[in-house]
Amino acid sequence: MKCRVCREPAIIDIRRHNANFCADHFLKLCRDQTVKAIEQFDMIRSGERVLVAVSGGKDSLAIWDILLDLGYDADGLYLGLGIGDYSDASGDCARAFATARGATLLEVDLPADYGYDIPNGARAAKRVPCSACGLSKRHLFDKAAIDGGYDVVVTGHNLDDEAAVLFGNVLRWQTDYLGRQLPVLPARHGFPRKVKPLVRLGEREMAAYCVVRGIDYIVDECPMAAGNKHLGYKESLNAVEATSPGTKHDFYFGFLARASEHFRPEAEGEQADLQPCTSCGAPTTAEVCAFCRLVERAGGHHPDHGSPEPVPVELQPRKPTLVPTPGASA
Amino acid sequence: MDAVKVLLRNPRREVEVQGAMQVSTLLGRLDINRESVLVIRDGTIVAGDGWLNADDDVEIRPVISGGMA
Repeated sequence: MKCRVCREPAIIDIRRHNANFCADHFLKLCRDQTVKAIEQFDMIRSGERVLVAVSGGKDSLAIWDILLDLGYDADGLYLGLGIGDYSDASGDCARAFATARGATLLEVDLPADYGYDIPNGARAAKRVPCSACGLSKRHLFDKAAIDGGYDVVVTGHNLDDEAAVLFGNVLRWQTDYLGRQLPVLPARHGFPRKVKPLVRLGEREMAAYCVVRGIDYIVDECPMAAGNKHLGYKESLNAVEATSPGTKHDFYFGFLARASEHFRPEAEGEQADLQPCTSCGAPTTAEVCAFCRLVERAGGHHPDHGSPEPVPVELQPRKPTLVPTPGASA
Repeated sequence: MDAVKVLLRNPRREVEVQGAMQVSTLLGRLDINRESVLVIRDGTIVAGDGWLNADDDVEIRPVISGGMA
């Protein structure tokens, strides 16, 4: 198997591109596809402050790494979910990456700052753990971006994530969700702009990116997510992809090009009904926002301070263990 | 006869597969979808047509992750 670009031995095949790549040209592909997504969907503009939602997993560390290489002013925010050893290990990965890159990592810890964790909070609120987790993340990343004066929140959602979410939404014709499933959600009504620069790259590519770059990420699956529907959708789509490469890409980008706008009026109608939460001030369609209701049911509390405090990170002159990205700016 | 020692994840476990073989053969024998994993030896990705020696230690690393957040 030879690299499509240089004919040196390849390390990875990307069947939807019908191409193989060596390590250097694979890293360049990842970087180029990220740039293409940012430009195609006008995700991040020159000089903007970027907040990356960092989980310690492959996708969020990879996009943070790529954005730093591209010269963006990108800080990270790690949210401690209180999921036992899994949270300990994922936090360690996020901190180690920030230290290696000399980047700023902000932290919010649910148990310490809000008095609940995901396993117990979900149980108390009668939500599935992934629902309580997603709700907490969305609220706290939005809040941190607004409080910290960031222009845009970046998440590590990749092509597989988006295709699986789309698959689930179509299976149940959740038209309100379909109207919001975009690679860019503009800033409005008290929400920061949210963007997904990895939508042109698959999950396998992001794991490979981290291996090639020497980025240590949390490999084990979140114990709360085991067996959830989203993972099942991914496995189903991968079964199709194995015999028909490019299906996930065509499914997602075909939706954006040909179907997405038909569902937008419903989503925009919901936005028009937003008002400030009487508890925390965040935009919501109810009197009290879903996050504050979760905190209350979980027996938690809101912290005294406003924005999360930066975690001091020991700065290193250069990344000592990471493999340089070809063509990246210094 | 020597065997390729294979580390699998979620749940973490080890299996042995007899003989030298290509990565694609290993994944086929274990009934693993190549779209869902990377095969890693000594910290380096091994391509689908790469050969594994009968005394190699390799990791088959799943790449599917995530809840719905």
